[in-house]
Amino acid sequence: MRSYIIRRILMLIPVLIGISLCIFLIMQLIPGDVISGLLGIEENPELRAQYVIKFGLDQPLPKRYIDWITNVLKGDFGTSFRTDKEIFPEMMSRFKITFQLTIMAAMISWIIAIPLGIISALKRNTWVDAVVRFIALLGVSVPNFAFATLLILFLSLKFQYYPPVGYVGFFENAKVNLQIMILPAIVLGTIMSGSVMRMTRSSVLEVLRQDFIKTIRAKGASERVVIFVHALRNGLIPIITLIGMQIGGLLGGTVITEQIFSIPGLGQMVLTAINQRDYPVVQGCILFIAFIYVMVNLIVDILYTYVDPRITYK
Amino acid sequence: MKNIIEILKGIINIIKQLLKDPIGRIGFIGVFIIVLLSIFAPKIAPYDITEMFTKSKLVSPNGEFIFGTDNFGRDVFSRIIYGAKVSLQVGIISVGISATFGYIFGIVAGYFEGVVDSIIMRFMDVLFAFPSILLALFIVSVLGPSLGNTMIAIGIVNTPVFTRTVRASVISVKSMEYITSAKSIGLKPINIILKHITPNILAPFTVQATLALSGAILTEASLSFLGLGIQPPDPSWGSMLSESRKYMERAPWLAIAPAVFIICTILSFNILGDSLRDVLDPKLKL
Amino acid sequence: MENILEVKNLNIDLITEKGNKKLIDNVSFNVGKKQSYGIVGESGCGKSITALAVMQLLSFPLKTSGGEINFHSEKESVNILSLKKNEIRKIRGKEISMIFQEPMTALDPIFTIERQIIEALKFHTDLNKKDMSDMALQMLKKVGIPRAEEILKEYPHQLSGGMLQRIMIAIALICKPKLLIADEPTTALDVTIQAQILDLMNELKTSFDTSIIMITHDLGVIAETCEKVAVFYAGQIVEETDVVTLFHNTAHPYTSGLLKAVTSLGDKSKNLFTIPGMVPAGGHMPKGCRFEERCNKKMKICKDKSPELIEIADGHKCRCWLYAESGDN
Repeated sequence: MRSYIIRRILMLIPVLIGISLCIFLIMQLIPGDVISGLLGIEENPELRAQYVIKFGLDQPLPKRYIDWITNVLKGDFGTSFRTDKEIFPEMMSRFKITFQLTIMAAMISWIIAIPLGIISALKRNTWVDAVVRFIALLGVSVPNFAFATLLILFLSLKFQYYPPVGYVGFFENAKVNLQIMILPAIVLGTIMSGSVMRMTRSSVLEVLRQDFIKTIRAKGASERVVIFVHALRNGLIPIITLIGMQIGGLLGGTVITEQIFSIPGLGQMVLTAINQRDYPVVQGCILFIAFIYVMVNLIVDILYTYVDPRITYK
Repeated sequence: MKNIIEILKGIINIIKQLLKDPIGRIGFIGVFIIVLLSIFAPKIAPYDITEMFTKSKLVSPNGEFIFGTDNFGRDVFSRIIYGAKVSLQVGIISVGISATFGYIFGIVAGYFEGVVDSIIMRFMDVLFAFPSILLALFIVSVLGPSLGNTMIAIGIVNTPVFTRTVRASVISVKSMEYITSAKSIGLKPINIILKHITPNILAPFTVQATLALSGAILTEASLSFLGLGIQPPDPSWGSMLSESRKYMERAPWLAIAPAVFIICTILSFNILGDSLRDVLDPKLKL
Repeated sequence: MENILEVKNLNIDLITEKGNKKLIDNVSFNVGKKQSYGIVGESGCGKSITALAVMQLLSFPLKTSGGEINFHSEKESVNILSLKKNEIRKIRGKEISMIFQEPMTALDPIFTIERQIIEALKFHTDLNKKDMSDMALQMLKKVGIPRAEEILKEYPHQLSGGMLQRIMIAIALICKPKLLIADEPTTALDVTIQAQILDLMNELKTSFDTSIIMITHDLGVIAETCEKVAVFYAGQIVEETDVVTLFHNTAHPYTSGLLKAVTSLGDKSKNLFTIPGMVPAGGHMPKGCRFEERCNKKMKICKDKSPELIEIADGHKCRCWLYAESGDN
């Protein structure tokens, strides 16, 4: 088990190097030069020279990459073009907000998706199944921004309900915080639940077709045991991968939902930086998000070995 | 000529099978309508999409403007129709980009294996290691927001999926007996692979492409919603929906029309993709 | 001899879009207490689904459409087909157990062997965890598993097919059932292992006082384990008798064919004997004898009229016009 985990972690190193290299190289494709954007219309040679030295633009590419990575490894992601503030602390504080949102969304998604997926599998080819499958298909097809917009529209027109404006941290005022977070969490959770429902259904059906289910029934198991102990635990294995990918995606990818609901998370930070052409922030955030994504997938792979005893020995 | 007729026959046969299933019928008809809308957009749209009726701004749906007008007094229905054209265009071209690169990389990786394969596949792993919308956002932000760059970004994001599909088929075809026997009589395997690979990957490729199309349309709408995709005055459902939020209570039709069209379009492509998979690859059907 | 199981006029249908097809047609047989009863036939003849019906384990698109399956336990006699779901559950694993053809896929891959043995005890007893573990260990030793303590903690994928089949037997016997149904228990195993498993079953049958229904396509297995045999063909019993009579006084041409196919194996000078033709498919049964097309002793009547299963000697039943007065005469 331990050697497997170590091997998986070692395998990450080349991927992480690849990711950072990829981000670094793509950043070099920015048309025009970054400093002209910073300076605005007025050309000031002195200021330009200062910036060149400040950002190390006079150095050759490989050196700049290595400097960047060494600093990142020390936890130094540089400073923002716009605010001159350190990027890393800002990123961490915003990550906490995104993390809370992700957890809430994931909970909502599981509560909806897993029971419905199981029901759909058990009632295969009935109207219940048809309804659940259609809901799942909607979940897969409705873009989160469309759902969010329609939800806000519906709540305001029908109930004159508007979520509180202005973000409040969970530890400052949990009630207001939850009021702010619940709508985006519902949006993300509902959308996520579509694919989880589909996966749960097909996965449970697949397990129920296996030979060993007959053995378990032949032992005298009740349907409850067959489904909740055996079908679900076996069926969970592929669902875990999907959920892992979704959580990994949400932790960095809630850009649109955070934007719509004015949640100051990581996604909003990236978007603001992109709109302001604040390149160090963009570069740092994208690297951080990709890192999180890869780490979540690693955790999922390790979790796998606990759920599926066959993995460790492969 | 004979081959083309064969292929056409095959396509008609698949469509026939699709239409047998009521769900497949819905998906097929939905996609068909969207394709018609985008091809005949200039004929169907009652007004020019940039024409501003300054006296009728934010008019609710009526006989004259069936989906109402926006804050500039432009006809929402016409913009929705042209939006279909833009969506489909971005979808098809970006999936074309992914499919082409995926095909080339997949063949090369699967054929040579070894170092070349490792390099290509590790690169695909790296692309896979980003959440897809974020990667698209990143590429667009670097290249600058525009129609073309949106297509390129979405094309890059979807390439790894196609590469993996093609590579897997190449490797399985390579191990088949006729490749070995062809080698033994001195034929170059690459020709045989190219000849045999295409029919082999056609089914998974088509399914993949349909689903990738819905994904591409969704990503385009998302980017446009954030203001980083299609730029005004070109109409995009995503940006229309984003704009509508400013007039949410005064003019809810501005939000509803594009939202409904995005949802129905993606839904149709997903249904079609699912049904196609059932028809082309019955093994996967549950 | 007292019977433990009486199957009467059992019918099993396959439900299709174009209507139901009859796969098992009025099958009746009795299994005596402590008896080994063999069911032999080609694949697709309906022997496995008959076994599943005894456990009420048929699932869509298969269903029983008539008949009775009476089971006589110590306490009571019940018709299995009329039992409700929670009633049959008390019989499965406790009174009647079953082992399957593919030991490699018959166990849940993500639970330990111990948990899967204990599971059967959990459903049918109130023992505590410690006692159940002890029983599992004892049972593994009885089925001849080396280093049983370690094996208990292992997972199915770590063990060989032969070992897994022993474990399946352990699971099946842990609640001391009155009847054990073995559905091709040795088919998926290596030849050397096959003999070991059959020996083990013979041995356990005596020590557990269990009746066995042995389902197989292999007459060798029948010869080694069974006392009484039914030969199935296309969803019907064509011959039923004790094992000695079956081999030495074969009545039905189909049984003779099966026997020839086995005995010709040893003789290199001859070609392998095969029965020509195919089993008729369910739902497309001929109006006459179902074996008529492949039979080397067919007569005129065989094509027109289906023979009945009749007693041709004491305890020897056969379904063939060779032994019957035709209805016309």
